[in-house]
Amino acid sequence: MKEKLVLVGNGMAGVRTLEELLKIAPEKYDITVFGAEPYGNYNRILLSPVLAGEKSLDEIMLNDEQWYKDNDIALIKGKKVVGIDRKKKTVTSEDGTTSSYDRLLLSTGSNPFMIPIPGIDTPGVISFRDVYDVDQMLDASKKHKHAVVIGGGLLGLEAANGLMLQGMHVTVVHLSDTLMDRQMDSVSGNMLKTSLEQRGLQFLMEHSTEAIIGDDRVTAVRFKNGVEIAADIVVMAVGIQPNIALAESAGIYSERGIVVDDTMQTYDPTIYAVGECVQHRGSTYGLVAPLFEQAKVCANHLAEYGIGRYQGSVTSTKLKVTGIDLFSAGDFNGDEHSEELVMKDVSRGIYKKIVIKDNKISGAVMYGDTVDGAWYFQLLRDETDISDIRDNLLFGQAHLGDSGHGGHNLASQMSDATEVCGCNGVCKGEITKAITTKGLFTLDDVRAHTKASASCGSCTGLVEQIIASTLGGDYSAASNVKSICKCTEHTHEEIQTAVKAHKLTSYRAVIKHMDWNTPDGCHACRPALNYYALAAWPAEAVDDPQSRYINERVHANIQKDGTYSVVPRIWGGVTNPKELRAIADVADKYKVPTVKITGGQRIDLLGVKKQDLPLMWKDLNDSGMVSGHAYGKSLRTVKTCVGKEHCRFGTQYSMALGIKIEQLTWGSWMPHKYKIAVSGCPRNCAEATIKDFGVVAVDSGYELHVGGNGGIKVRATDLLCKVTSEEEVIEYCNAFTQMYREQAHYLERTAPWIERVGLSYVKAHVVEDQANRKKLSQRFIESQSYVQKDPWAERTTGDFQKHQFVTLKEVS
Amino acid sequence: MTHFIEVGKLEDIPQLGSRVISTVAGDVAVFRTSDDEVFALKDSCPHQGGPLSQGIVHGKKVTCPLHNWVIQLEDGEVIAPDEGCAAKYPVKVENNIVFVQL
Ligand code: SRM
Ligand SMILES: Cc1cc2nc3c(=O)[nH]c(=O)nc-3n(C[C@H](O)[C@H](O)[C@H](O)COP(=O)(O)OP(=O)(O)OC[C@H]3O[C@@H](n4cnc5c(N)ncnc54)[C@H](O)[C@@H]3O)c2cc1C
Ligand code: SF4
Ligand code: FES
Repeated sequence: MKEKLVLVGNGMAGVRTLEELLKIAPEKYDITVFGAEPYGNYNRILLSPVLAGEKSLDEIMLNDEQWYKDNDIALIKGKKVVGIDRKKKTVTSEDGTTSSYDRLLLSTGSNPFMIPIPGIDTPGVISFRDVYDVDQMLDASKKHKHAVVIGGGLLGLEAANGLMLQGMHVTVVHLSDTLMDRQMDSVSGNMLKTSLEQRGLQFLMEHSTEAIIGDDRVTAVRFKNGVEIAADIVVMAVGIQPNIALAESAGIYSERGIVVDDTMQTYDPTIYAVGECVQHRGSTYGLVAPLFEQAKVCANHLAEYGIGRYQGSVTSTKLKVTGIDLFSAGDFNGDEHSEELVMKDVSRGIYKKIVIKDNKISGAVMYGDTVDGAWYFQLLRDETDISDIRDNLLFGQAHLGDSGHGGHNLASQMSDATEVCGCNGVCKGEITKAITTKGLFTLDDVRAHTKASASCGSCTGLVEQIIASTLGGDYSAASNVKSICKCTEHTHEEIQTAVKAHKLTSYRAVIKHMDWNTPDGCHACRPALNYYALAAWPAEAVDDPQSRYINERVHANIQKDGTYSVVPRIWGGVTNPKELRAIADVADKYKVPTVKITGGQRIDLLGVKKQDLPLMWKDLNDSGMVSGHAYGKSLRTVKTCVGKEHCRFGTQYSMALGIKIEQLTWGSWMPHKYKIAVSGCPRNCAEATIKDFGVVAVDSGYELHVGGNGGIKVRATDLLCKVTSEEEVIEYCNAFTQMYREQAHYLERTAPWIERVGLSYVKAHVVEDQANRKKLSQRFIESQSYVQKDPWAERTTGDFQKHQFVTLKEVS
Repeated sequence: MTHFIEVGKLEDIPQLGSRVISTVAGDVAVFRTSDDEVFALKDSCPHQGGPLSQGIVHGKKVTCPLHNWVIQLEDGEVIAPDEGCAAKYPVKVENNIVFVQL
């Protein structure tokens, strides 16, 4: 017999918990849902666009009644639960419907707060919480003229905007002098007020309501200063209170909200609670992103997986008024211990303030240009030390050396037809449509459904901004500890630590030790685990070809038509007639359709059939050439310029040094591709300042640069330090490379890694700590001793991995 | 109705890997899971024809090497939200010999 789970409250948090539960343990429970509202589960957030006439109720349904049927869930709608009998384990609704439970989940949301003033019960005074309220407002807007909204917070402004768009004359009354004072400081609050006034809203700031006037229906609102204004409807939007009445009546311990622990359990172990009705570590939440995190954790415990804890959330907010971009997160007002970085450009309508405490972002408010909101929020939650990027912080991520995408960064000003994702040709309109019609909440959802930002990722900030302005919050980064993939709850760091601490030498060992919830992992985690094992245990780890992407499995780049390309290593970009002749011969012999000079100073043979690969490699090996690893998360090229060997400006021997470095570093596996360059003088013809590790020779020695790349988001390197001898160049190169190999997340290139951990941290370990540098360098040299085998040669002799290159059977 | 053709031994296909049978009607990919189940699909991704045999196999699924669509080995269906289906071929394994019905 299945256990019985009863959910009270058919709202966003409760049903999300069921969705998460069905994903991981679909057969565990017989589920019954009680909902006071007469509908399936809808997206409450989007009531504002419904009021504004931008969407219909059908468009905002998240789970229609069919969904409950499909999942065998008994939905008892339109019935409010009024009692819980904890001894008998039953719940009972107003009309006496009773259900018994083994586990009970409370998700009763909150109630709008109605100020206790004379006349508050007068017909025409409404709140803004559910479909019923919206229907009342829409109805009033057809018959009446004057609307008064009490409360200039997020909800109040969205209500006011909607009523105005429905043709009403709207006055917003606010107690303090700043709109949205829980999300905005006074400057941004005033900018917001000005632009809402331009759209036609009226404001009465610093007005305190004394009474609602009217007999059968409201006629006016009176304030403490004696002023009275006409009103046909009054919308109360001054705040919400967790709805704990039911829990309290059953003696479940509650304070402001129903008190839960990190597993979302109440004081009664058979009863869980999620959503706005709960109080966790003293906090209550009124935005969806944290509630969804709670839902995930709760589902995990209902499924008895026993992993995952909810640890509280930092939230960020957006206002969903079409055409207004506004973002705020964290503690944006600061205190005597914090500093502020401010940019204000009133005529462009742009304001940004970042609050910094102990070199970390503690809050941010932005108005007008919010494209970097998600980035600041990420830095805030990661507690990244921003001292190294402070100069450019206010100007946004793009100014960390990026020449990136084509200049669009104001999502609200983009038309629906503007292309957002250049890789997959996705326009803004397609994204907003998918978010609302398919009920998407996260960046991952949007990527999966629209492909926007799913390829190169350079439009991620823009897509996040579109999600945020459509849904009014930052969902994309809901969790601050991101698990590596859906197969596990563990983060990259936790896995890297466990691999080292428990000597896990294969992906299988990791999956077993860390309790993966899939049998073999997936295409996202397996290559990472395989790499982490190899990086931590170079001598012991067993490389698993089936956990590598095809390119690394067959040591060639797969092409769109399923053929491959071959790039022999050309050390330091320097070649000779013998090598060139061998390449030409191979191209002739195997009828290679295209021979191309690559951007990395070598030659690419493109369009090769898979079965020809080992034969071509053999011929190239015979002329002394080895694989160029043009396909790998590994050392790619070491570009050099002519240098002191020939160039009239050369200060050092860049070709010779580049070749030496390539000979020491080739073959090593990395978290991502890794490129090096050596330039012979500051003219920098080898473009060393956009490489992962770059050397620029100067008269007195060598400048060492790190963390650059061309590609999707151009980033110039940071200067690591200056050294005077070639030996030092090599020691620093080894040490930096090894630190990156050991610490970066899989598929994180040096640039984002350094931006995450901070240049000072890297310098502290590689430059300032000589002993550590030597140890790192030593570990790199040791690790290289196991991998500097040409993968081509291994595969041209004997049967090693032969099955990769021959068909199993030909059937005619 | 065509009959089952012997294509090779179970151990010719690596676990969590795949081998190709070439036929006049195009390539067929034969997959082996970690618990030694064997499946066969047309070696062409419903998206843009990527060779599924070159993908990463996990559980009873394969991820296409070109743009990471995930395809179910049992029925060739693409995992949502992507849509499509790769043709599947019946397979049986007897005494460690793999047969595919083409
Ligand atoms: C062959 C080559 C283009 C050429 O003909 O010049 C090339 C070809 C590819 N590059 Fe590149 N890149 C090539 C030089 C570059 C360069 C220039 C350079 O190295 O100086 C860059 C910019 C510099 C940089 O990396 O910092 C470059 C930035 C990228 C990126 C973006 C990386 C980034 O961090 O933003 C990718 C995508 C990725 O790695 O995820 C990429 C990915 C690719 C892939 C592997 C796409 C793929 O996954 O299939 C291409 C394989 C094509 C094929 O069908 O074989 N390629 N690629 C170049 C090989 C150089 C070599 O000798 O190994
Ligand atoms: C107009 C509006 C705009 C919003 N905009 C945003 C935004 O932009 N971004 C954002 O993050 N958040 C926004 N929110 C907040 C967000 O909608 C809530 O945080 C979220 O819906 C809370 O989920 P919940 O499940 O806790 O409560 P709810 O979604 O309110 O669900 C609770 C449900 O339980 C039912 N219920 C209560 N008691 C009982 C009972 N005894 N028996 C049976 N059923 C009962 C209620 O009828 C209700 O349907 C907005 C809210 C509103 C009203
Ligand atoms: S070679 Fe590089 S730039 Fe050219 S299409 Fe391929 S990935 Fe894009
Ligand atoms: S061809 Fe398979 S995912 Fe694109």
